[in-house]
Amino acid sequence: MNAVLIALLVLPLLGAALTLAPIPDRLAPRLGTAVTGAALALSIALAAGFDQDHPSRMQAVTDVSWIPSLDIRFHLGVDGISLPLLVLTALLTFLCAVYSTRRMPSGDGVPGARSFTGLLLLLEVGMLATFAVLDLVLFFLAFEIVLIPMYFLIARWGSGAKVFAANRFILYTLLGSAVMLLGFLLIGVKAGTFDMTRLADAHGAGLSHTTQVVAGLAILLGLAVKAPAWPLHSWLPDAHTAAPTVGSVLLAGVLLKMGTYGLVRVWLPIVPDGAATFAPYLGAFAAVGILYGSLACLALARPGAKGDLKRLIAYSSVGHMGFVLLGIASLTQSGVNGALFANIAHGLITGLLFFLVGAVKDRYGTADLDTLSGTTGAALYGRAPRIGGLLAFAAVASLGLPGLAGFWGELLSMFGAFDPAAGLSRPAFVTYMVAAGIGTLLTAAYLLIVVKRVCMGDPKQPAPVTDLPDLKAYEAVSWTPLAALTVVAGLWPALLLSLSDPAVKHLLGGG
Amino acid sequence: MSSTPDLGQPVMTTLAVADPGGLIQSVDWVAVAPPLIAALVGLVVLLADLFLPDARKKTLGWISTAGLALSLVALLPLATGGTRSTFCLPDAGCSYVADRFALVFQLLALGGALLTALLSLHTVAEEKLPGGEYWFLLLSSAGGAALLPAARDLATLVIALEVASLPAFALVALRRDGRGAESALKFFLSSVTATAVMLLGVSFVYAASGSIHLTAVADGLAHAPAQLKPLAEAGAVLTLVGFAFKVAAVPFHFWVPDTYTGAPLPVAGYLSVVGKASGLAGLALVTTLAFRPYGHTWGLVLAVLAALTMTAGNVGALRQRAATRYSAVRLLAWSSVGQAGYLLVPLAAAGYAGSAQPLGATVAYALIYGLVNLGAFGVVAVVARSGATRLDDFRGLFARDRWSALALAFFLLCLAGLPPGVVGLFGKVVVFRAAVDAGLGWLAVVMAVNVVIALYYYLVWTAKLFAPAEQDRPEPVAGRVPGPLAATLGLAASGAVVLSVAPELVLQVVNGALF
Repeated sequence: MNAVLIALLVLPLLGAALTLAPIPDRLAPRLGTAVTGAALALSIALAAGFDQDHPSRMQAVTDVSWIPSLDIRFHLGVDGISLPLLVLTALLTFLCAVYSTRRMPSGDGVPGARSFTGLLLLLEVGMLATFAVLDLVLFFLAFEIVLIPMYFLIARWGSGAKVFAANRFILYTLLGSAVMLLGFLLIGVKAGTFDMTRLADAHGAGLSHTTQVVAGLAILLGLAVKAPAWPLHSWLPDAHTAAPTVGSVLLAGVLLKMGTYGLVRVWLPIVPDGAATFAPYLGAFAAVGILYGSLACLALARPGAKGDLKRLIAYSSVGHMGFVLLGIASLTQSGVNGALFANIAHGLITGLLFFLVGAVKDRYGTADLDTLSGTTGAALYGRAPRIGGLLAFAAVASLGLPGLAGFWGELLSMFGAFDPAAGLSRPAFVTYMVAAGIGTLLTAAYLLIVVKRVCMGDPKQPAPVTDLPDLKAYEAVSWTPLAALTVVAGLWPALLLSLSDPAVKHLLGGG
Repeated sequence: MSSTPDLGQPVMTTLAVADPGGLIQSVDWVAVAPPLIAALVGLVVLLADLFLPDARKKTLGWISTAGLALSLVALLPLATGGTRSTFCLPDAGCSYVADRFALVFQLLALGGALLTALLSLHTVAEEKLPGGEYWFLLLSSAGGAALLPAARDLATLVIALEVASLPAFALVALRRDGRGAESALKFFLSSVTATAVMLLGVSFVYAASGSIHLTAVADGLAHAPAQLKPLAEAGAVLTLVGFAFKVAAVPFHFWVPDTYTGAPLPVAGYLSVVGKASGLAGLALVTTLAFRPYGHTWGLVLAVLAALTMTAGNVGALRQRAATRYSAVRLLAWSSVGQAGYLLVPLAAAGYAGSAQPLGATVAYALIYGLVNLGAFGVVAVVARSGATRLDDFRGLFARDRWSALALAFFLLCLAGLPPGVVGLFGKVVVFRAAVDAGLGWLAVVMAVNVVIALYYYLVWTAKLFAPAEQDRPEPVAGRVPGPLAATLGLAASGAVVLSVAPELVLQVVNGALF
C-alpha cells in the first residue's frame, strides 16, 4: 500500500520532469492526460485498499528519516480525512488534463502546451503531497510547491489583469505561509519533533500554553490566508477572475482545501489550547465571511453591476469556505465532520461551476453578466440546453439543495455551531449560526438570480454571439463525473462521513 | 615567543628562547597540504607564464584548475583521520590545526576557488586578462583563504587574511578600464584601513594577554590584571573590525557593490564567497577561541551587527532599479551583504551560549550559500557575455536559454529559501534555530522579517526569467554557452539539487563537534 502512495507522488513528478525534455507540443497534453489518469487510478487503488473499518488509523505509512540533524522525517500516510481529498485532487487534475487536451489556452505570448502540462503535473505533486505528508516541514514544503505552478498558470495563461492578480496571489500566500512556518518551527523547537501524528497524539502535551497560543495564532493566520477567511480573502477574486479555466477549477477545488485541511490536521489537534483561544474569533470571521461573500455575490448579480461571472463564483467560494471554517471553529465532532464534507462538496460543485463558466466565457468571449444576459437573459435553456441545464444543476447544488452534495456539509457545520464544544461561548456561536442561516438564504437568492439571467430569457433576442455550440464531447467527459459525484455524495453522505467521523474523533482526542 | 613579557620592565635575555631544541619542529606535511598545494601551483603558474608562448597560455588555466582540484583531494586523508596539528610550541599550543572547522572552511575556500577558476577559464580569454598574473593571484588568494581557518595564532591569522586579500585587490584591478581601477582602489583603501585597525587591536590583545595563540589568549584574558581590562577589550573590538570588513558587515559594507561591479564577474563571485568565508572563519576563531571570556560583550555586538547587516543588505537590494546598468551584479552584491547578516547570527548565538556549538549553523549555511551564490554569479556571467548586466536583460531568459534560466531560478530560490530550493530553506532554519536556542528571540524575528523582504526581490528576478521578452528590444545574440561555463553551472546546479534532496549531507556539520 505505501508503494501506491509513493508512486502517486512520484508519477506526476516524473511526468513534470519529462516535459523538460524536447517532446513536441502536440503530444504534451496527451502525456498530461496519461500521467494524471494513472495517478487517478493509483488513488482509486489506494481507496480500494484502504481498511474502511479503521479509518482513524494512518494507513499506507512510509516513515523514514530524511534530515536527522533537524529531526525531519519523510513520513507519509492516509487516513479517513485525507483519503477523500487525495481522490478529489487526482480526479480534478485528471478532468482538467482531459479538458486541456481540447481547450488549451492559447494566444499571443502564451507559452506552449509543454510548459502548461509540466506546470499542471507539478501542481498535482504539490497538492497530493499536502494531503499525504505527516511531517510539519514536509507539509510546509508541499504547501509552497503549489504556489509556483499556480503563479505561472495565472500570470502566463490567464486573462485581464493577470500579472497583477498572480503577484497578489503569491504575495498573500507567501506571507501567510512564512508566518505559518514560524509557528511550525516554534512547535518543532519546543516539542522536539515535527511529526504530525506524534504531535497530534500528544494533544498539546509538552507545549506550554503560551507556545500553543503563539504557534496557534501563526498557523491560523497562514492557513486562513489560503482558505481564505474574511478579511484575508481579497487575493481570491482577482486570482479567479484572471486564471484560466483549469487554474480556477484547481484553485477553488483543491488549493482552498489545503488551508482548511491544515486547520483540521495541524491546528485542532497539535495546539488545542491555541485552537480553543482563537476559535471564537475564527467563528466570527467565518460568519462575517459567509454574509460578506453572499452580499458581494448579490451585488455582482444585480443587473447593471457589470458583474463578472467568474468573480461571482469566487466570492461565493468565500461564503462557502466560511461554512467550512465555522464548522472547524465549533471544535465539535459534527462541526468538523461537516467542514470536511463541505470541503469535498465545494470541490466538486465549484469545480463544475468554474468549468461551466469557463465554457460560457469561451463561447461568448466574456464572462460579464450584463453582456451575457442582454435585456431578457442569456437563454441558455433555449440556445444550449445541456450547458444551461448543467449550470442550473450546479447552481442549486451550490445553494445547498437537500439531496445534493452541498446540503450535508453546511447543515452539519451549522449544527456544530449550534452546540459548540465545552468552553466556547454558546450565545456567540448561536449568533454565528443565525448569520450563517441568513447566508444560506442570500446564497439561494443570488444563485437563482444568476440562473434566471443566464439560463432563462428569450432565445430570439439579439445575442453577442450567434453561433452557440452546446455541450461538446470533451466537456461532457470532463464534467459528468463531477455532476454524478455531486448526486452520489448528496444521496449517500455516509460514504464520506463514515470515513471522516472516526478520524475526526481521534483528532479531537476522543478515541 | 614563549617568553612572558613583564610589563614595565624590558626583558633582557641572552637567548631568544630558553630551550632552542624545542623549536625544531617536525612539520606534518599532510596537514598543511591543502593550502600549500594551492600556493605552490600558483608559483608554478607564474613561472610557467614566462616560458609559454602566447598561443598556449590557455593551459595555465587548466593547470590552476587541476591544482585546486588536487588541493581539494588533499583534504580527503584529513577528513577520514582525526584532528592533526602542526607548528606546535610545547607550552602555548599549535599554530596550525586541521580540525573539522578548518576542513569545512578549507573545503569552502578551495571548492569556491575551483568553481571560480572554472568560470574564469572563459572570462580570461574573453576579456583578454593577463593569464599568468590572473591565475597566480587567484591561487595565492585561495591558498591564504585555505590557511586562515586552520590558523590558531593571531599572527598567522593576520598573515593568512592578508595573503587572501592582497591578491584580491589586484584581481579586481585586472580589468583594464576605469571602473576596474576605481573599484580596486576603493576596495584597497578601505581594506588597508581595516587591516591597520586590526593590527592595532592584535597588539593590544597581545599586550594584555601575553600570548598570540588563541587558546592561550583566552587564558590570558581571563586572568588579566584589572587595569589591563580596558586595553584588552579595546583590542578585542579592534581585532573584530578587520574581520568584519572582510565579511562586509555594516558599517564596513560600502565597498561591496562598487567593487563587485568593477571586478571581472568570477572575481566578484569569488569575493562574495571565499572572501566572506575567510572573514567569517577568522571572526569565528577569534571570538569563540580567543575572546571566549568576553562572550556576552561580543555576542551582543555581533547580534547587533548581524541585524544591521542583514537589514542594510536587503534594503539595498530592494532599492535596485531593474533598468539601470549593472543592476544584476549590484543586486547580488547587496544580497550577499544581507546573507552575511544571516551568517553572523550563529556567531552571536555562540557568544550567548558560551560554546562553539551554534557555529555549526554558520558553517552549514556558508557551504550552502557558497555553492548557490557562485552558481548565480555563473549564470550572470553567462548572460553578461553579450554585455547584458541589467536585471531587465534577464527578461525572457527562459525562452532564449532554458537551462541557464532554470539554473538561475533554482539558485535564486535557494538564496531566498523557498521550495524547490529546499537546501536554502533548511540553511535558514538551522540559523534560526541557533538564534532561538541561544535566547536571541529578537534576532530571530529580525531575521524572519528580512527573509520575507529578500523573498520579494529574489522572486521578482525569478519571475522576470519566465516573463515574455520585451517586444521592442532586439534579441541579444546568444551564442552557445562555452564548455567550462556550462560545466561549472551544471556542477553547481547538480550540487544544489543533490543537497536539496539530501540536505543531511551538509546539515550534519550542525550537530558534530567542530574544534
